[in-house]
Amino acid sequence: MIAETGLAALWLAAALALLQLILSFAGLRGGKPELLAAIRPVAIMQGLLTALAFGLLITLFLRSDMSVLLVATNSHSMKPWLYKFAGTWGNHEGSMLLWVTVMGVAGSAVALFERALRRDTHMATLGAQAAISLGFYAFLLFSSNPFARIAPPPEDGQGLNPLLQDPGLAFHPPTLYLGYVGLSVAFSFAVGALLTRRVDAAFARAMRPWVLGAWILLTLGITAGSYWAYYELGWGGWWFWDPVENASLMPWLAATALLHSVTVLATRDSLRAWTVMLAVVAFSMSMVGTFLVRSGILTSVHAFAVDPSRGSFILALLAIYIGGALALFGWRIGTVREGAPFELVSRETLLVVNNLLLSVILGIVLIGTLYPLMTEAFGHKVSVGAPYFDRIAGPLALSLMVALAVGPLLRWRRDDGRAAARKLLIPLGVAIAVAASIAILAWGRMGLLPFLGLVIAIAVGVASVLPLWGRNLLRTPLFTWGMVVAHLGCAVSMAGMACDSAFTVEKLVAARPGDTISTAGWTLRFVQIMPIAGDNWTALQADMQATRGSSTVAIHPQSRFFSSPPTSTTEAALLTRWNGQLYVVLGEEVDNGRWQMRIWWKPFVTFIWLGGVMIALGGAMALVGRERRGWMLKWKARRRARA
Amino acid sequence: MKLILALFLALMAVPVAAQTALPPAPWADRQIPDAAQERKAKALMETIRCLTCQSQSIADSGASMAGDMRSEIRERIMQGEQPEAIRSWLISRYGDWVSYEPTAAPILWPLWAAPLLLLGLGLLLLRGRIRRKGQK
Repeated sequence: MIAETGLAALWLAAALALLQLILSFAGLRGGKPELLAAIRPVAIMQGLLTALAFGLLITLFLRSDMSVLLVATNSHSMKPWLYKFAGTWGNHEGSMLLWVTVMGVAGSAVALFERALRRDTHMATLGAQAAISLGFYAFLLFSSNPFARIAPPPEDGQGLNPLLQDPGLAFHPPTLYLGYVGLSVAFSFAVGALLTRRVDAAFARAMRPWVLGAWILLTLGITAGSYWAYYELGWGGWWFWDPVENASLMPWLAATALLHSVTVLATRDSLRAWTVMLAVVAFSMSMVGTFLVRSGILTSVHAFAVDPSRGSFILALLAIYIGGALALFGWRIGTVREGAPFELVSRETLLVVNNLLLSVILGIVLIGTLYPLMTEAFGHKVSVGAPYFDRIAGPLALSLMVALAVGPLLRWRRDDGRAAARKLLIPLGVAIAVAASIAILAWGRMGLLPFLGLVIAIAVGVASVLPLWGRNLLRTPLFTWGMVVAHLGCAVSMAGMACDSAFTVEKLVAARPGDTISTAGWTLRFVQIMPIAGDNWTALQADMQATRGSSTVAIHPQSRFFSSPPTSTTEAALLTRWNGQLYVVLGEEVDNGRWQMRIWWKPFVTFIWLGGVMIALGGAMALVGRERRGWMLKWKARRRARA
Repeated sequence: MKLILALFLALMAVPVAAQTALPPAPWADRQIPDAAQERKAKALMETIRCLTCQSQSIADSGASMAGDMRSEIRERIMQGEQPEAIRSWLISRYGDWVSYEPTAAPILWPLWAAPLLLLGLGLLLLRGRIRRKGQK
């Protein structure tokens, strides 16, 4: 019954989405904004129904109901409950249901909480959200039904891929999806504003919190995913420029650009058309990413079984939505007036530079990811990977960091270039000092890119707190603090990347129990190797003592074996210190009692993810700060009206 | 969105586990004693694609074939061969696909031109805007 109820809830939600679309269309055509009152409950109900369907699917997984095909193929009764729960979205159908759920819930949030938007634009926005949802409902119900039954039910399930059996699975995909799909709200806002021809500062102020919210979650999701890959895959890498990773990076780049341009629009009523364009592009990138990942188009050559009908379904959705939105943009943008002007030396200019660089990086990631597909069409197989992306995106990212240092120090509209240059003397001095000392200490050991990365990161770190200079810190608005924290986070993250790529020490050994290994200031004693057993796995575990200075810590790298499905994984032992991380992986037994081990000392590598968390935290501070200010103003206005 | 990557690795891990009976290549997971040579070898390995796994370089792949290739590269480096010569040898054997480092082949010219074109296009749009401000 649970599965059938879930399916019924999905169909009902789809029907409500259709109703929502029709109502908002009627409201817009007939010029009856009061219909919004009728659309709101429909949108809320739709969100509730998708949440119900998703909750029911989770229930099926928790109960290990093997009569449901999806549970039988992706779960196992012996799994720990956390992985039964998180396994709900560790597969195609479940993750698409999560997608639809986030979209429905985001739609009801827009219906419930949005108060700043004009009524007609609000109605058009909800209509657009319903139109996108409908396509994904169709996709789910016609080609990826998560609630299909199987008869007769198998004795037990086939289990979940062991690499996914990690607490990361419970956190990373939902956060990323909230961000991905949260961008659909920005898309719908843009479509709504184009339909009602109301692209102005008030519109931007209404859209900003939604963009910010999605962007915060996307940042957290990518950061978590990167750390998860880092510790789970067992090779110490944290970003592989893999198509799947690029698929998550592209919406982030677009959303970051959007976040900055929407601020220009909200504050200065400038960059109108461009902001609308970015809002369309951001969610389009989410959909392109999903298409690349879900269709298997980039992996199909390597014999990964995917259903081609699904790929073409998503491709059709992509064409309809992106094409439709761009057509609407082309049709209506002529009616959107150019915004307020600004001079060359102004904060706007730097924000435009930010947008330019982010867009170029986005374009490169997109082209680089798709390029192998294009050349393959000409019968020439090539690989585009880290060497290309690092070389092209690296210098652009460094330039972006320089813009980040300068921008917040400039005033809106126009500024005196010399005054800003004086403020920049401090970070410039820091940059020269750092560059000189690194050149003396580590000359020849560093590549050019990590060297520049480290110097610029430290200088930008200093520059990013300068906007607080000479201000009363208690009276500085929370959103200014948020900007400072997020920008400092960029510097911290970049410093981590530069240190990891420049100073990592690698040691590969074949060691016997009793051996001692020395590397990068650490002494590792390999005590013994022991078999151990977990809930649904067995493992070989190395007992080791890691010593640095006077402290000794026991570490236990493992090599795990799962029986359903039969797979082995490595569980690296990570030892985190303030200045870096020791990363130890137990490999195979090579000969006569020697065990292969990979040991890395990675200075300041944790800064990469610390920076990511700071960026998200800064975003959250800005969100809370802006919203609180909005409430305060409204509250004061109401009190004044009463008095 | 790591899921697909992870799934792929897991699929790959099955044959790898089955192959453990074979002795691994001698220099698959052994560093060259000369640090400079090892650095060279490692830099090359990071740009060579693992042929049996999805989107990973042989420097960070557990597949046995990646191990064989690492061993081959280390041995050739120790014999004094230049990294680019080894890359050409790998390309002649496995095709352009094996190298993450895009070559100068004409089919890749648009890829290298792309950043310049994008940047140029952006600057063109920007220039138009700012000049208009100057007139004010």
